[in-house]
Amino acid sequence: MAPSKEELLVRRIRSGTVIDHIHAGRALSVLRILGITGSEGFRVAIVMNVDSRKLGLKDIVKIEGRRLSDEEVDKIALVAPEATINIVEDYVVVKKHRVKLPEVIENILACVNPTCITRQPREHVKPRFRVVSRRPLRLQCIYCGSFIEEDYVIRQLEVHRGY
Amino acid sequence: MLAGWTGRDIISILDFSREDIEELFRVADEMYKYLREGHVPRLLAGRVVSLAFFEPSTRTRLSFEAAAKRLGASTIGFSSEEGLSVSKGESLADTIRMLDAYSDVIVLRHRYEGSALYAAEIAENPVINAGDGKQHHPTQAMLDLYTITKLYGHVDGLTYGVLGDLRYGRAASSFILALTLFKPKHIYLISPPSLRVRDEVKMILGEKGVNYSETESLAEVLPELDVLYVTRIQKERFPDPKEYEKVKGSYRVSLDLLKDRAKRELKVLHPLPRVDEVDERIDDTSYAAYFQQARLGVPLRMALLALVTGALGG
Repeated sequence: MAPSKEELLVRRIRSGTVIDHIHAGRALSVLRILGITGSEGFRVAIVMNVDSRKLGLKDIVKIEGRRLSDEEVDKIALVAPEATINIVEDYVVVKKHRVKLPEVIENILACVNPTCITRQPREHVKPRFRVVSRRPLRLQCIYCGSFIEEDYVIRQLEVHRGY
Repeated sequence: MLAGWTGRDIISILDFSREDIEELFRVADEMYKYLREGHVPRLLAGRVVSLAFFEPSTRTRLSFEAAAKRLGASTIGFSSEEGLSVSKGESLADTIRMLDAYSDVIVLRHRYEGSALYAAEIAENPVINAGDGKQHHPTQAMLDLYTITKLYGHVDGLTYGVLGDLRYGRAASSFILALTLFKPKHIYLISPPSLRVRDEVKMILGEKGVNYSETESLAEVLPELDVLYVTRIQKERFPDPKEYEKVKGSYRVSLDLLKDRAKRELKVLHPLPRVDEVDERIDDTSYAAYFQQARLGVPLRMALLALVTGALGG
């Protein structure tokens, strides 16, 4: 398929991963979930707020030279449930699939409850959440039972915040 | 069936099925009989039970200690953080590793929610949650249901009122969750609006299809109740002390109110300690079941210790 005009904002990648159909404005959160900071040395292209038939506006992330595993990319469904993953080899998409939120989210989000054991700095407990509802997104802390909702997840994963 | 208990952690009442609970009650009945007859088999002779109480406790800690000793076990432990290496900055994880090496089962009370689950992930031996923050108190809930089976012969089909701090009180929420394993006719959740049950408890009530309603008025629902479970409303839960003063009277159970509005067969339960939320004049009436409830803590906890250590059915 010929690349669209928008995709040509940055050049096609030879091999790696293209994450398409990210909700507009959330590309940086996607990179944050993937743990990509830019210091790893991969060539990364971020396209934000381009037209999308499906979403109105969307973001796209292209990562050259790194083929992300399903397990890695599924976690981005937290902020980009509509995202599609294209694995590219020699300029050809060899694998394409939609992200699917895993049943358990581990070590990405902090619990909302300050007296949860996962919030105690001395204890080094990996926060774990079970997915109670995908749409709207609702997660439950496995340790303390507290719920966290989509807006809290998004806010926490915004790059300027952090936990 | 009994073998299914060996090595099991007791973290949340929801980890258990109705059948598990009924099995536990049969064993508790045996223990009750041994205690009454004055001949308790030393099922835990040579074993060590850790009582790790990072928060103060009287009834829960002493009933576990009595239960362990009645069965011939020794106990080690502490009842506050003072003077421990935790007060010097040791992590809960390290304390648990140590207790796990020194004993066969760990009974843990800790101020943070999730601490018992975390401890169970670390320890090889069973961990019994004796209260984790505001979240769970499963052995209290087991004891509460055991008391009700002793009083009524069954838990199903009764109308329950749960009164007080339903938001931060772990005994109240564990009791409510425990009822969802059975078929109560109706549960009235009676509290001031700011102390209503947490969303996660409501979700379980919904999922299990339990009939329940929330109300602020005890007097209104009292005539329907078979069991009234009272918990204390703590002043420190209210940001404005005036708010507390306003509500506290409405959640006090007086003998006059019971005589005026309640069924004669109503039983009042309370996890204790009480301050002034249950009129002391109720103590000598047939309504009072809270002292019997406290007494049953020992046989129930004997049953739990015998089951998780594999001393029975291993």
